[in-house]
Amino acid sequence: MMIELQLDLFQYDFMRVALAAGLASAVLCGIIGIYVILNKIVFISDGIAHAAFGGIGLGYFLGFDPLLFGVGSAILTAIGIGMVSGRARVSEDTAIGVFMATGMALGVMLLTLSEGYARDLYGYLFGNILAVTVNDVLLISALTLVILFLTYILYKEFLIMSFDPVYGEAIGLPVKSLRLLLLAMVAFSVVVLIKIVGIIMVIALLTIPGAISRQHLKELPAIMAGSVVLGAIFVTVGLLVSYLLDVPSGATIILTAAAFFFLSTMYSR
Amino acid sequence: MTSEIVSIENLWLFRGEHVILEDINLRLNRADFLGLIGPNGGGKSTLLKLMLGLIKPDKGRIRIFGQQPEAARGMIGYLPQKTIFDQSFPVKVLEVAQMGRFSRTGLFRRYGPADRDAALRALEAVGMEDRAEREIGALSGGEQQRVFVARSLVSDPELLLLDEPTAGIDSAQQAEFYELLCHLNQDRGIAIILVSHDITAVSKYVGKIACLNQRLYYHGSKELTSEDIEKAYGCPVDLIAHGTPHRVLRKHD
Repeated sequence: MMIELQLDLFQYDFMRVALAAGLASAVLCGIIGIYVILNKIVFISDGIAHAAFGGIGLGYFLGFDPLLFGVGSAILTAIGIGMVSGRARVSEDTAIGVFMATGMALGVMLLTLSEGYARDLYGYLFGNILAVTVNDVLLISALTLVILFLTYILYKEFLIMSFDPVYGEAIGLPVKSLRLLLLAMVAFSVVVLIKIVGIIMVIALLTIPGAISRQHLKELPAIMAGSVVLGAIFVTVGLLVSYLLDVPSGATIILTAAAFFFLSTMYSR
Repeated sequence: MTSEIVSIENLWLFRGEHVILEDINLRLNRADFLGLIGPNGGGKSTLLKLMLGLIKPDKGRIRIFGQQPEAARGMIGYLPQKTIFDQSFPVKVLEVAQMGRFSRTGLFRRYGPADRDAALRALEAVGMEDRAEREIGALSGGEQQRVFVARSLVSDPELLLLDEPTAGIDSAQQAEFYELLCHLNQDRGIAIILVSHDITAVSKYVGKIACLNQRLYYHGSKELTSEDIEKAYGCPVDLIAHGTPHRVLRKHD
């Protein structure tokens, strides 16, 4: 009976599109999330996600594609944090705090000044996977392929940078550029994921699958694969539950992931 | 090409108002083995970082293999003073050793069988080949240090910069480790700069000794005068000599 029900609900186009978007983003999260965890850049990634809201607001206000502006402001934030921190006694986490709040404030301000903002504001903050379009799925898939390619050809570089950046710099690895590239990849991923789970919760989807996978697997490629599979499970289960119970999809996906995380952590201790 | 691999002339480094390094002059040739001693905070690690181009001098000239330090990095093997890393980082010993191959492999290219063989040989050289498949975090501090030495050897460098490499290694292993350095220096002709505060141990193995405390006391030989040591350490010599036979100080009356 359950199986019939599932097949039934995936006959809806919007559910199929949502699932496709969710699965593609699981691959994205699985790969990028591991680097976010290993490089301990969780906070800066969250800051980038929040700052993207400023760009989304601006895009909305000017009548252009909000996500495109979101990516732009996310990348500018990554560069801005790098430039401000270390200067005039501002530490990196202070800079992140400033940028993330500024981005959110700009976003709220600009969206309020635009027409018909209320429903979309909620969607950006908390995600609305059911509003994902076929074009979005294509965009997410293309981005996932680009990031898979980059992490494949730069695997050893990212490994050195994540493990021991001081040594990396000493042997001539362009650590600063690699870090900026990683932050740019985070920025792209985060903006794509905003559609799925929203700005507030995006960091959970980026970190939870990798965190669980790391508790049980030892080698980096295996951890990445495990993280992708877990992400796919969370998105699928979350979507089903949210549909069946008629509750918000983003929150359901994150709560599913969180439940797995706490169970896994208890089991590993 | 001359045989001069390190050439530092009238080098000064400041941090704010403070002088960190004062008028440093140092020349090293191929297959030299220099022990760099001096008190903590005397600038030993800083001098190594200058040779790697990680820090720029405020005044003076520094050339490694006749080139700017950054350009010469591929020919240098480096062991930082203390490698700080996440002990649960998911990486195997072999992969850590292989990281030193980056300067040979270059950007965007994946490691091949030659890189793997080189990493295994380097691990063998430091006696860690049977740990190759273990996680780095599962090794003891001394074993990890050996792996990091292997990582600095794996690119077949012509100059090795070792910053306190025996920290965390017990004394039996230390002697073995110094033997290994002598072998690399004499048989392979690798020039070595060994930073240490253990004068006794260092003086037994190295060919030349320099003492650094803001200024560099160096006579191109294995001897330093007692005045050098006193000036550098700012304390009586017998504190340093401390009853152990050593060959740093020239015999004097």
